[in-house]
Amino acid sequence: MKFGVVIFPGSNCDHDCYYAIESVIGKPVDFIWHQDTSLNAFDAIILPGGFAYGDYLRTGALAKFSPVMRAIGEFANKGGLVYGICNGFQILTEAGLLPGALLRNVSMKYICKFVELRTETANTPYTNVLKKGQILRIPIGHGEGNFYADEDTLKRIEDNDQVVFRYLENPNGSLHDIAGIVNEKRNVLGMMPHPDRSSEAILGSADGKLIFESMVNALVSR
Amino acid sequence: MKATVIVTLKPTVLDPQGMTIQRSLSSIGLSDISDVRQGKIFNVVLKDGSREQVERLAKEVLTNPVIEEYRIVWE
Repeated sequence: MKFGVVIFPGSNCDHDCYYAIESVIGKPVDFIWHQDTSLNAFDAIILPGGFAYGDYLRTGALAKFSPVMRAIGEFANKGGLVYGICNGFQILTEAGLLPGALLRNVSMKYICKFVELRTETANTPYTNVLKKGQILRIPIGHGEGNFYADEDTLKRIEDNDQVVFRYLENPNGSLHDIAGIVNEKRNVLGMMPHPDRSSEAILGSADGKLIFESMVNALVSR
Repeated sequence: MKATVIVTLKPTVLDPQGMTIQRSLSSIGLSDISDVRQGKIFNVVLKDGSREQVERLAKEVLTNPVIEEYRIVWE
């Protein structure tokens, strides 16, 4: 079992994710450079938070043209686990691997604080050790986390049980209080909150660890 | 040859930046302006005959079709 953490120019949570996998979960992990195109060595890929390509044009808009993204698209189509956190979520929506888009926060402010999330489904490779309805305390840190999708798309992701996490108190204007969603095949997850910043009690919460443990669980039982 | 690509949020998409601009206008007496929508303008220089590349640039790079739309003004 091997995890990969992608480094785009401007990623800044790459080491946090690497640390969470290597030291907290205790599983093998390597960095993946944004120019790399071979992902054969990996079972799960994390797109970390940060400001890829400076967030120029739109958040995630230029990162989607990185050579590694084409490989990640193929990896996802084959059923590999692809997990975008914060900026990683924004990149996955821009690349079309997840529906919707992340708009500027309604308050126009960058928000950095702990939030509470309700787990909406345990039926994903990212939430299989959780219970539906379980509350997680995980921090956010974003200026553009306001989830938007048109009505038809919203209805589709709700009907398909693709909403994985919802904010108890909506911090940014996201439609339907959405904090994280999976794709239809349920192997690609994107979420704005940072489990990489909440996987050990010393950081204020260890709830994020449960998501990484679910991934390990999913990979073991394959 | 030159082209200008104008990218705006779709009318159905909330524009917090435009709303913030509009709300601040009453303090300088511009009380008749009831709505402001913010967008982006890209000035493009191209070789003659490569209009198709500007179309692709606008569609595939400058615009996110989930939230935005564009129009191109040719000079």
